[in-house]
Amino acid sequence: MSADDITWVSQPIPIAGAALHVARGGAGAPVLVLHHDIGTLDRLPFYDALARRFTVLVPSHPGYGRSARPEWLRSVRDVAIMYQWLLGTHDLARDLTTVSVIGLGFGGWIAAEMATMAPRTFRRLVLVGAMGVKPERGEIADQALLSYIDYVRLGFADQGAFDRLFGANPPTSTLEQWDLNREMTFRIAWKPYMYNPTLPHLLGGVATSTLVVWGRDDRIVPLECGERYVKALAQARLEVVDGAGHFVEMEKPDALAQLVAEFVSAG
Amino acid sequence: MHLMYFTEQPMSAYPVEEGRMFGATALMFSNRFFDPVAGSRLYNEYLEQYRLAEEVGFDGIMLNEHHNAPFCMQAKCNVFASILAAVTKRVKIVLLGNPLPLAENPVRLAEELAMIDMVSRGRLVSGFVRGGGQEQLATGVNPAYNRERFEEAHALIVKTWTQPGPFRWEGAHYQHRVVNPWALPLQKPHPRVWIPGVLSKETIVWAARTRYPYIALSTAIDATKKIWQLYDQVAADTGYAGGPEYRGYLQRCHVAETEEKALANARQFMWMQGEFTGLAHPVWSSPSGYFSPSYRTAFVEYAVGRRPNPRGAAFEEQIRDQQIVAGTPKTVIPKLRRLLEETRPSILGLWGSDGFVTNEDTKTCIRLLGEDVLPALREIGKELGLWSPFEANAPVSQAFPEPARPASEAA
Repeated sequence: MSADDITWVSQPIPIAGAALHVARGGAGAPVLVLHHDIGTLDRLPFYDALARRFTVLVPSHPGYGRSARPEWLRSVRDVAIMYQWLLGTHDLARDLTTVSVIGLGFGGWIAAEMATMAPRTFRRLVLVGAMGVKPERGEIADQALLSYIDYVRLGFADQGAFDRLFGANPPTSTLEQWDLNREMTFRIAWKPYMYNPTLPHLLGGVATSTLVVWGRDDRIVPLECGERYVKALAQARLEVVDGAGHFVEMEKPDALAQLVAEFVSAG
Repeated sequence: MHLMYFTEQPMSAYPVEEGRMFGATALMFSNRFFDPVAGSRLYNEYLEQYRLAEEVGFDGIMLNEHHNAPFCMQAKCNVFASILAAVTKRVKIVLLGNPLPLAENPVRLAEELAMIDMVSRGRLVSGFVRGGGQEQLATGVNPAYNRERFEEAHALIVKTWTQPGPFRWEGAHYQHRVVNPWALPLQKPHPRVWIPGVLSKETIVWAARTRYPYIALSTAIDATKKIWQLYDQVAADTGYAGGPEYRGYLQRCHVAETEEKALANARQFMWMQGEFTGLAHPVWSSPSGYFSPSYRTAFVEYAVGRRPNPRGAAFEEQIRDQQIVAGTPKTVIPKLRRLLEETRPSILGLWGSDGFVTNEDTKTCIRLLGEDVLPALREIGKELGLWSPFEANAPVSQAFPEPARPASEAA
């Protein structure tokens, strides 16, 4: 099956008074993919690879991309609750125990919060380079001090991958989108920056089997955060992907899709 | 007219080459290059200059605030305002301004300002600003809520000053269970508020709607005229007539005994060009959410170097356009006359020197301004009808349409 076989459709779904833009493709067990703080491209080889095995939902977080911005939104937990609401009403998620949640970076933090709210519900949880817990030795890179381009490049181990996806000189429209998304990130995650001090204490209640994946060369969220997640969660293991930075799904889409598919499908 | 003296309080003792090598001199340029021995000397020189400014006849001293910045040592305008409240007798203490969004506690600010007003016996002009982009990062406050925080803090401060406590405030950004400070301003209904700014349309409109005088910071004459056009239009829509009593201007103006000396010293106004943000860093000076959406395209391009840093013109051009005025009193007065005739402000800040200009030369500048320039400006002001808010008994605001008066002293 080639990527051309995957049809993606999208629709706005009203949640908590905001129209969330939700893209959907593929067939099979339902999988919710939560994107990075920089937003997401409409299509990615990683999404297509997953869509060959699962029904994939890729929403844009409220206030990011094409999703409306709720002026009242104040935290990552608010986003997690909106996604619980989405799943509670989506036709795909009639049986929530069939739903797996895959969080990428900032989306991983959202996924972890969702898991603490529904600790026995989901089928599987995958956290890829997830924000959300404070590193003890290192620091999560502060995007406020970096230009849009420098921050995204920081997330790549292979600058060629950046060039192929965004262009060596991304157009102004891309920069504007990154700025809009960054503004929303500031609105909900300004400080403490990119972690929830109480989250590590609550992860112990999550019964859902979890795969934590980290790029070996993640320069945005230190690998020790992945180790911290594994330690705090009841049922988790760590996989490190060589040759990848923070944006594992953009640098090693096939390897990541393989890891995820095997993990989610396993009995 | 209201004629006030201003200095940025430059930290002129930092190693310039290190700043150039680092590439930016605000926010992240290490304070290991800050020498408190020089800092102590400089603060005391600025204090000397302020006292001299009062002595030679200035009506007011203008103070500002910046953080993490070699170009400005005033990390807290209320500190110098407190000092001046005690060591001066006559001049207005004009804060332009307290960066409201940086205050996590506006009630605390209202308290401090009330104390300053009382100690100074009612000489405070309490200006407010949003604070530059870098200030948000330096103080850890969220740039995405900058404008909301500014407006809510302003409302809370005015209420604290004017409504008897105790009251409770449950706002979007500030929550206080008991607002009841035992420190209230001497001036009633409250100290005057002036709003400084450059070209931000939203700020000009807000100032005009609120009926606070707007102080244009060294903008070019044509741009300044456009500011007043906009202000007056909004004033008319709000139901009052704009004009000189609502207009202020900050003029870089160095006066010396010879033209050559004046020009040489005036070059120091360029020591930190990048307008009011030093060597402005394109990313740090415009954090996401800080600038209004209508400017997004321009700022994202500037942030990645696709648009040039709007640093302002070269020195010679600024001299030609009068954004920098330098000379002996004889040559300076006609230039200031032109500014007053063209833009008609009643409030004029004279920014005497910057950078490495010596304390002696700055004091000479202050003396010459006081002895020769200020009297001429007052005559021109009378001729052109440039009555300051004090002279015109202007209302404090649209919400409090009465002039500010000190409460009667207790027996």
